[in-house]
Amino acid sequence: MTAHQRQKAAFCLLWLAAGVTVGVLVVILAYILLQGMPHVSWEFLTAESAKMGQEGGIFSAIVGTFYFVLLSLIVAMPLGIGAAIYLVEYSDNENLNSVINFGIDALAAVPSIVFGLFGFAFFVIFLKPITGGWSILSGSFTAACMVLPTLIRTTQEALRAVPTSYREASLALGATRGQTVRWVVVPTAIPGILTGIILSLGRVVGETAALLLTLGGSLGIPHSIFEPARTLSIHLYLVAMEVGAMDKAFATAAVLIILVFIINLSAGWIARRVLR
Amino acid sequence: MGPIAKIKEQLFERVLLATALLALIIIFAIAMFMFQQGYPLFKKIGLLEFLGGCTWRPLEEKFGILPMIAGSIAVTAVALIISVPLGLLTAIFLAEIAPQWMQHLVRPAVELLAAIPSVVYGLFGMTMIVPYVRYLAQTKLALSLDPGYRAGYSVLTAGLVLAIMILPTIINVTEDSLRLLPPQYKEASLALGATHWQSIRYVLFPAARSGIMAGIILGMGRAVGETMAVIMVAGNTPIFPRSLLSPVRTLTSNIALEMPYAGPGIHRQALYASGAVLFILTMIINLAVLLIRFRQVKTK
Repeated sequence: MTAHQRQKAAFCLLWLAAGVTVGVLVVILAYILLQGMPHVSWEFLTAESAKMGQEGGIFSAIVGTFYFVLLSLIVAMPLGIGAAIYLVEYSDNENLNSVINFGIDALAAVPSIVFGLFGFAFFVIFLKPITGGWSILSGSFTAACMVLPTLIRTTQEALRAVPTSYREASLALGATRGQTVRWVVVPTAIPGILTGIILSLGRVVGETAALLLTLGGSLGIPHSIFEPARTLSIHLYLVAMEVGAMDKAFATAAVLIILVFIINLSAGWIARRVLR
Repeated sequence: MGPIAKIKEQLFERVLLATALLALIIIFAIAMFMFQQGYPLFKKIGLLEFLGGCTWRPLEEKFGILPMIAGSIAVTAVALIISVPLGLLTAIFLAEIAPQWMQHLVRPAVELLAAIPSVVYGLFGMTMIVPYVRYLAQTKLALSLDPGYRAGYSVLTAGLVLAIMILPTIINVTEDSLRLLPPQYKEASLALGATHWQSIRYVLFPAARSGIMAGIILGMGRAVGETMAVIMVAGNTPIFPRSLLSPVRTLTSNIALEMPYAGPGIHRQALYASGAVLFILTMIINLAVLLIRFRQVKTK
């Protein structure tokens, strides 16, 4: 075989690998949507579950997901964005930076079930008087810890993309560092920060293991953040594994996939607008 | 600047510093809770009995997690064997030869693979892959297999599902490290008369080696830490996996399966102790990645 024939064979292999990667995604999406969509109806989305999820709809899981995701982001956003601002705009201590960065990487690597154990011991048991035990609040605090790394990293990138000349111009006009950050750097970086928030949202929506131990998984519609709830992901798991109602599980999975699809599309859309 | 404005400035910076330190504080808090809650178990049954014990029977107060450690290693190994070649080839494709339209197709596909919730992978695995493996086990291999190994819930199934789940990590990190190489490497190789493939194989790939290694280790970390998808397809019997088709329980699934009903006491302590083991494992993985990245920077 000549070098060129070999190249041709190798490139075929590369095309094949990329094809397999895309193919796997297509198979999964098609399979879940084909199995699930026939069972998705307006009634499925708006009715409460009956018989442990065997019958009825997923309204309580949708409400639970909504409260839980919203609260997680409200808790995580100021913390993650604040940390990123400090690391990019303020800190000039190399050692402190690398220690903090190690902490962020380590946090990103911790398995979600370990976050679950932590959340259970700290938020559910230790802070029970505040969080009410298994509750949306406990779940949200746990999830906020988990998305912190994603949020910090994406915000850092967005801040670094702001040209230095903006900062210099603002400082030259007599603005302080804090004013420059608040009125020049952060507003310029908003679209990038927004992309990070949406990506974190996707992670929170898909999270399950940690919530199994902190959110409570109750089937009722939650009336406050101190009550237990279940998200769509937990609902899917419990319905598939413990109830065995596969049609409901597939329908829930289809709804989840569409949700994730919309989240991803909007993140991509915002990112593209920034590049323009 | 007035004194009040100055104080406000300083306060602003302090608050930001506090948020930046939070990640570290959380990591310490997690470590503290795992060890504080798990410690009584080490004291009661001993570290060796815990890590090296082969039976897990909470009712008889037997807490040996060796089968689960072996289970985690087994499913992770299968996942890596499938995912590493596929991921590396796809990453080389994206970084080197993909035409524009293919990039616009493959990249969003990889992003979406990363975004699909793990329970959805679990559902896919248990209704699509498990039946295939079960068919294989009951027809082609039925005579040579122990009846307990014919259900389709197995090391192989869990490894396959995990392989898909860690693919995005491996692809993204590998592609990044290929793209970060100085363009002169490729130009010099091509100028010497090497073909594009020869340049990829003998110049670019070796040069990006440490970055690729970091990607593989990160993928490994994800596979070890994954819980829900594995529970849904692995069969979860707490025994030593002896074959690719044997049911298996991993460290993570053990915790998720038993925590909901483990009352306060030695059972819960054992699960927290497993959490501590997992925590140490991820810290080792993280340090390895850090070390590789550090060496990478030094050699450049």
